[in-house]
Amino acid sequence: MATVWFCLVSVMLAAYVVLDGFDLGAGIVHLCVARTPEERRTVIASIGPVWDGNEVWLLAAGGVLYLAFPVLYASSFSGFYLPLTIVLWLLVLRGTSIEFRSKIDSPVWIPFWDVVFGLSSLLLALFFGAALGNVVRGVPLDASHRFFEPLWTDFRVGAVTGILDWYTILVGLAAVVALTMHGALWVALKTEGAVEQRAERLVRPLWALVVLLTVAITAATLQVQPQVGMNLRERPWGFFFPLLAIFGLVFVLVFLRRNRLRAFLASCAYLVGMLTSAAFGLYPYVLPARTNPEFALTVQNAKAPAYGLHIAIVWWIIGMIFVVGYFVYSYRQFAGKVRSGEGYGH
Amino acid sequence: MNPALPIDRLQFAFTITFHYIFPQMTMGLALLILILKTQALRTGEERYNRAVRFWLRIFGISFALGVVTGIPMEFQFGTNWAEFSRSAGGVIGQTLAMEGVFAFFLESSFLGLLLFGEKRLSPRTHWAAALALFFGSWLSGYFIIATNAWMQHPVAYTSGPNGLFGLASFFGLLGNSWVWWEYAHNMLGAVVTASFLMASIGAFYLLSHRDEPYGQLFVRTGVTVGLIATLLLIFPTGDGQSKMVASHQPATFAAMEGLFESQAGAPIAILGQPDMEKRRLDNPLTIPRVLSFLTYRRWAAEVKGLDNIPESEWPDAVPLVYYSYHIMVGLGTIFLAVLLIAGFLLWRGRLFSTRGVLWALLLALPFPFIANTAGWVTAEAGRQPWLIYSLMRTNAGYSMQVSSGNALFTFVGFLGLYSLLSLLFLFLMWREIERGPEVL
Ligand code: HDD
Ligand code: HEM
Ligand code: HEM
Repeated sequence: MATVWFCLVSVMLAAYVVLDGFDLGAGIVHLCVARTPEERRTVIASIGPVWDGNEVWLLAAGGVLYLAFPVLYASSFSGFYLPLTIVLWLLVLRGTSIEFRSKIDSPVWIPFWDVVFGLSSLLLALFFGAALGNVVRGVPLDASHRFFEPLWTDFRVGAVTGILDWYTILVGLAAVVALTMHGALWVALKTEGAVEQRAERLVRPLWALVVLLTVAITAATLQVQPQVGMNLRERPWGFFFPLLAIFGLVFVLVFLRRNRLRAFLASCAYLVGMLTSAAFGLYPYVLPARTNPEFALTVQNAKAPAYGLHIAIVWWIIGMIFVVGYFVYSYRQFAGKVRSGEGYGH
Repeated sequence: MNPALPIDRLQFAFTITFHYIFPQMTMGLALLILILKTQALRTGEERYNRAVRFWLRIFGISFALGVVTGIPMEFQFGTNWAEFSRSAGGVIGQTLAMEGVFAFFLESSFLGLLLFGEKRLSPRTHWAAALALFFGSWLSGYFIIATNAWMQHPVAYTSGPNGLFGLASFFGLLGNSWVWWEYAHNMLGAVVTASFLMASIGAFYLLSHRDEPYGQLFVRTGVTVGLIATLLLIFPTGDGQSKMVASHQPATFAAMEGLFESQAGAPIAILGQPDMEKRRLDNPLTIPRVLSFLTYRRWAAEVKGLDNIPESEWPDAVPLVYYSYHIMVGLGTIFLAVLLIAGFLLWRGRLFSTRGVLWALLLALPFPFIANTAGWVTAEAGRQPWLIYSLMRTNAGYSMQVSSGNALFTFVGFLGLYSLLSLLFLFLMWREIERGPEVL
């Protein structure tokens, strides 16, 4: 049962990264691909009606993590106290800037919020990547499964780690670049004219960087977290996940000119492949320990008692059927290119 | 006491109080907007559609702030209350996760459609989006209240090894006897806030002789709905809540009422200041035997006072509990009086020209927010020293790994960030009111 929930939480987090990922990416690229106020408005309008729903995946994944692995939730959220709180502030700033930028039509008001939006999106992508890096690398858990990590120590992957060291920064950068490409593909899909072309032109150099960083983090991960290599050796079917990422990445370029939607979906496949590879590589750990492998949190010692896990499966499935319904319905309503004159926030 | 604990408590109290300013508006307005939208659909009058668009703009601003301040709440259970989450996650994880899966997705999907879809959707579908939004926001209220109700009155749980609680019965958790009164009372409180907001903006238009047809519509809707909600808020729900507190949390109840001595035929205190040193109420203004009657429906019934309860079980801020409860009840009584007068004048067709009462409606604006906040302070400070009533003390539930310096850093950060947000909120609200319902 705990393994089932491990998969469900991973799926929800992957859904969050794929969906909110393009909002963040659009936030990062919009300052350079959209130059006039009208162009910026179009980019924001392409995510305006959906970003909040996308972000709910994070909240729902957090709720499900609380439900299924309360010990992990408690230990990691308090252990990552500082970066998590900073992420919360950034989420507040990003939401505020999307919602309030077009409330006042002024050459001071709008650019201000656009910059807040771009910066908070960029930092969020960086922090999310670094967070993933921390989970993969492991943290200094003690015998009672508790820990506290400062923001940084000496930037080395030693026994006393900080949130930021060379490895987690590398993963953070990879996340920034990958989400920027993802966002550029979204913008190219949803807009027309100059914005569309600029976004498309950005994809190729970003793609090259993604390839480079993917190779780098894969090599680094195999070295930093031996469990990943072990899992792949013991259960070779797990190669499916990295292969998914590789194919996704290849098809981004294949489809870029021919079919925008497919190129975007390929980028989704890449992100899902990377995240599921990480999840597969870590299992059965949910939070590895750098101190002593005995202290690590696993699906078994972090899970909630059985009855709750069983009953929750039932309502989770019902709930997800509804959720998929809402998403399909509302993405269809807002499908196609953003129509001109379609404002957001009026 | 660990120096981090009071900071964790202050940060949580501050962020949740700030957050709740917005949901109480949006949950209440979701109902009022649905009423206006239904009238628009039935009569086909453009005036109602404009009114709906105006209120959707107000709604949109409060919703956005509700969302951005809500996200930190969900995660603070882990950051600041790790020991509590470790123990209780197996139970209240259910309701918190269900809130996300069933309510937040519904709300956020249909809000987009409601705000930006008027041109793309048919009037009937647009109305359905308003219904979905109403349903979603009231559902999210239910799940969060069910979470809180379990902390006030834990049921349907098992105690496992290492202090981990597990769920024993799913429907037992959702149907906790504490939930029903708490939910009904709390939602009515939200409706009262939204009604006063509507009536007060309407009164503002009438008093400043602008947008008068809308002013009349807003005042009429606000006063009518507000009157019904206030009546239900006091009886049966407020009454039901007090009886429940009296029977399950006697220490909280004695503190709320400022009752230091157990007695038969206990009086109710209207005014007075709890004197903790002398263990009595200073400057009391009391009505004999009424408390016994209200609580047990018998004039001579015995009510337990603080003297019969060990001091370690007292809420650690008895005067705070007493004052916040009296502020809530006092304001509730004043609201009822104002709305009865306004309702009577409305019925006689004289309200729109009675400037005194319109002024009272205008100036009432901040008070429902104060009453709602005071109600929550009563509930939450009254629950002390327990985090989960009778199961876990507050001083056993905070994040022991987080030092007081780090906690203070984030608390100061939240203070600063939220101060800016409140300026932004007031500014944007004022602008929308200034622009009025005619612009779009
Ligand atoms: C407009 C707001 C408002 C008004 C006028 C009232 N209340 Fe209230 N009350 C709330 C808003 C509220 C609230 C904020 O919504 C609370 C906090 C928790 C809850 O469920 O509702 C609450 C809680 C609450 C509690 C629970 C305290 C606890 O759990 O320890 C009681 C006993 C009452 N109320 C009783 C009353 C009575 C007898 C009122 C009669 C005038 C009254 N309230 C008016
Ligand atoms: C929205 C209205 C609410 C308000 C205004 C409110 C207010 C407060 C206040 C003032 C405190 C500090 C009490 C003290 O330390 O003396 C507090 C604590 C707390 N409340 Fe609430 N609360 C609200 C809703 C909730 C809900 C719905 C939950 C649970 C789901 C909750 C959970 C907690 C927790 C975990 C603490 C910290 C531990 C403690 O001090 O007891 N609160 N709240
Ligand atoms: C009486 C207490 C509370 C009520 C009635 C309530 C209700 C709501 C409602 C209706 C919303 C939707 C946004 C809006 O309408 O403005 C919302 C937002 C939110 N609330 Fe609260 N809330 C309460 C306290 C809490 C607490 C204690 C938490 C922490 C778990 C919390 C977490 C959230 C989150 C994460 C959001 C953002 C959801 C989104 O993106 O749609 N709320 N809340």
